[in-house]
Amino acid sequence: MSKFLTRHQKPVLWTLLVVFIAYGFYFWDSVRTTSILNFTLSYALPLILAAMVGIIGERSGVVNIGIEGQMLFSAFVAFFAAAATGSLIMGAFLGMAAGLLAGAFLGIAAVRWEMDQIIAGVVINIVAAGITSFYYTPGKSLPAIVPRIKIPVLSEIPLLGPVFFNKSVFVYLTLIIVVVLQIMLFTSKWGLRTRAVGEYPSAADTAGINVFRTRIFNVAIAGILAGTAGAYLSLDAAGWFERGFTAGRGFLALAIMIFGAWNPLGAMAAALFFGFASGMASQLQADEVINIPQQFINMLPYVMTLVVLSFSAGKVRPPAAVGQPYKKEG
Amino acid sequence: MAPLLEVKNVSKSFPGVLANDNISLTVNAGEVVALLGENGAGKSTLVKMIYGLYPPDSGEIFINGNKVELTSPKAAIDLGVGMVHQHFQLVPVFSVAQNVALGAEKKRYGLYDSQQAEEDVAALSQKYGLAVDPAVKIEDLPVGTQQRVEILKVLYRDAKLLILDEPTAVLTPQETDELLEVMRGFAKQGVGVIFITHKLREVLAVADRVVVLRNGKQVGETKPSETDQAGLAKMMVGRSVVLDVKKELAKPKEEVLRIEKIVVKDDRNLIGLNELSLSVKAGEIVGIAGVEGNGQRELVQAITGLRKIEAGKVYINNVDATDSSPYQVHKMGVAHVPEDRERDGLVASYSIADNLVLNRFTEAEFSKRGVRQVEPIKKLARFLVEKFAVKTPSIETNAGALSGGNKQKLVIARELAWGPKLLVAAQPTRGVDVGSIEFIHNQIVQARDNGAAVLLVSAELDEVLGLADRVAVIYAGKIVAELDAAAADRNKVGRLMAGGDTN
Ligand SMILES: Nc1ncnc2c1ncn2[C@@H]1O[C@H](COP(=O)(O)OP(=O)(O)OP(=O)(O)O)[C@@H](O)[C@H]1O
Ligand SMILES: [Mg+2]
Repeated sequence: MSKFLTRHQKPVLWTLLVVFIAYGFYFWDSVRTTSILNFTLSYALPLILAAMVGIIGERSGVVNIGIEGQMLFSAFVAFFAAAATGSLIMGAFLGMAAGLLAGAFLGIAAVRWEMDQIIAGVVINIVAAGITSFYYTPGKSLPAIVPRIKIPVLSEIPLLGPVFFNKSVFVYLTLIIVVVLQIMLFTSKWGLRTRAVGEYPSAADTAGINVFRTRIFNVAIAGILAGTAGAYLSLDAAGWFERGFTAGRGFLALAIMIFGAWNPLGAMAAALFFGFASGMASQLQADEVINIPQQFINMLPYVMTLVVLSFSAGKVRPPAAVGQPYKKEG
Repeated sequence: MAPLLEVKNVSKSFPGVLANDNISLTVNAGEVVALLGENGAGKSTLVKMIYGLYPPDSGEIFINGNKVELTSPKAAIDLGVGMVHQHFQLVPVFSVAQNVALGAEKKRYGLYDSQQAEEDVAALSQKYGLAVDPAVKIEDLPVGTQQRVEILKVLYRDAKLLILDEPTAVLTPQETDELLEVMRGFAKQGVGVIFITHKLREVLAVADRVVVLRNGKQVGETKPSETDQAGLAKMMVGRSVVLDVKKELAKPKEEVLRIEKIVVKDDRNLIGLNELSLSVKAGEIVGIAGVEGNGQRELVQAITGLRKIEAGKVYINNVDATDSSPYQVHKMGVAHVPEDRERDGLVASYSIADNLVLNRFTEAEFSKRGVRQVEPIKKLARFLVEKFAVKTPSIETNAGALSGGNKQKLVIARELAWGPKLLVAAQPTRGVDVGSIEFIHNQIVQARDNGAAVLLVSAELDEVLGLADRVAVIYAGKIVAELDAAAADRNKVGRLMAGGDTN
């Protein structure tokens, strides 16, 4: 524990600072603070999951520009499957399966067929947009809403309780995924191999690691997370589906991945920060503290993306082999 | 007892080349077999097949008397084969221990056990006298130490057959001697070793047997006791090779390069060059002698515009070239043969022809209104490939597919072809076979005789002493002595390189 603290001093201090400030505001105005933080989390959740998809891909050397399409396709499948079968669980599962399928396509196209990774991703986005608008049928609705699960004791904590511990299964799942991925990536055998494959594939190859298999497997598995994000969006966050439903979140997630320096926890922090900024802006708008046309408020995440990327560019370093198909040569 | 490794009638071809033609090779436990041959003879191809990187087109491989199918490096590793590659295979951002353990990780609580890995590596490095700190990142290590990590990697997997593909090309003479010692130690413990090198001295010092390849064919086998350097060179190339450089006395003319007290930082932000001054005249070769890491790399990069100059001036033909861009420096007539050909010397995914005009594609001859002129480029490429004997099936082949030494020849050809006023050559014959060394040396001398100024940096003291008209000894970022070639003998220069004084 003490070793953990000395090694991760900065993030731990930052977290404490944020919690401290949050409680400060909470005692000042508990209703608004809780509502902003609730907004923050639900806004950030799909971005967190999508950023994990990007991180797994790029850490293994594959750019995933198709997260947007993977999420859109999964959200579509989840919604209509749930509507047709009358079961949210069925919808969620099929949504994840759709994500797996889209992930596997990217893996096979980019690695086995050595297709340009950007093009493969764009293909996914276009096909997903096409399928989901062509087969879109209006007038369907979900059989139920996704239940909140109250965690005993923890949900009683002021502020943290309602924000984190009285949520749907998607929230818990996401938090677990981020932590597990952080640990796996940096301390497991899988993580070591994944990063080797993304940094210097021929070194991994000569050490007896199957570069192709590792990449395809990782990108496909990441697809399940994209599927989870899609299912969350249509089943839980919105409760409906519409064309172009993901609204660029897949691309935003790539910026968040970079801002988080390709670390799961870092990306989560970045996504929460984005969510908080949007939540704050909407709240101020609603309170008529500021009076800016709604369109500018909606632009906020994209403007922040630009600002953040131009500041972090050059400071963080992507995995060295990202975007390059691996070829064996002399 | 069956031999450790038996390769029987193995052939392998690439588009347009028969890289291995019916080769057979036996290695017994406890034996060091040197594999010798010109650039592109097929040495790397042969050992890569033994390591499972390429499948042979035909032929069989036996290990301990059993026929084996080596479909991947993993299969080879599991059979006790280990290989140190011509081009290092280390993940730069990983620690030494992580690199060593990669692919053969031990687990604790289901996770990668980094502590165990560091302990194991420390124990191994102690046992074999390969000093290295397991926790340091690879990118922070000098090449000699990286080489040790490569060897530790192989030891960690308990290899019974050790393949070393030109491991000494990037080592200093001292490091080389240590490595030869380590190899002998392995052989004593019953490991079989295949050793590829272009340095005949090393072959004679360490090998039990020498197998020679030429043009993909096996042309002979001998023992160090039955031959000498000249004999080996002749077997390889098929003719007698002149191992000494023949040249006239230099006739230096006007000054081309003048360096005045430059200060430059190294990669770790420490002082790399400390008020270094140097001058090179047209028609002379100035050789920099020094132990690696005393500022040679920084000097070359400072001149060629690749490194920021903190203080001092660099003049080329009396024009201030301090902190010019590499392109501007090139336009002033400076050619650069970089020490790391893979990274700085060529574009692996471009054709040989395009690589040969990398420094000239904007010239009127090769580009008209911004359009590349294919025919003139091809013509030049065919001429240079022929002249510098670059071994390749065609000029359209990607540079990445060339053998190591042929990549080097490609870079030399490009840099010498346009008649530069100043040639800055770092390790110009690294990884090049003896026949081609002779040729490259002659080309450099010829460039000098045509009036070019030449600055030669080489880790091979013999190369510096043999080629230079004037020897400048670099130590701790400063030129500590300049000697006329006639006055520069090995011992004296060696003392100066170690920081000793002139007397
Ligand atoms: N991946 C590849 N694709 C196409 N041709 C190749 C490939 N690898 C090697 N070759 C060709 O096969 C021949 C043998 O190459 P190899 O690398 O085995 O030579 P080498 O003996 O190791 O030479 P060097 O001493 O220069 O390293 C060369 O002509 C080379 O161009
Ligand atoms: Mg080779």
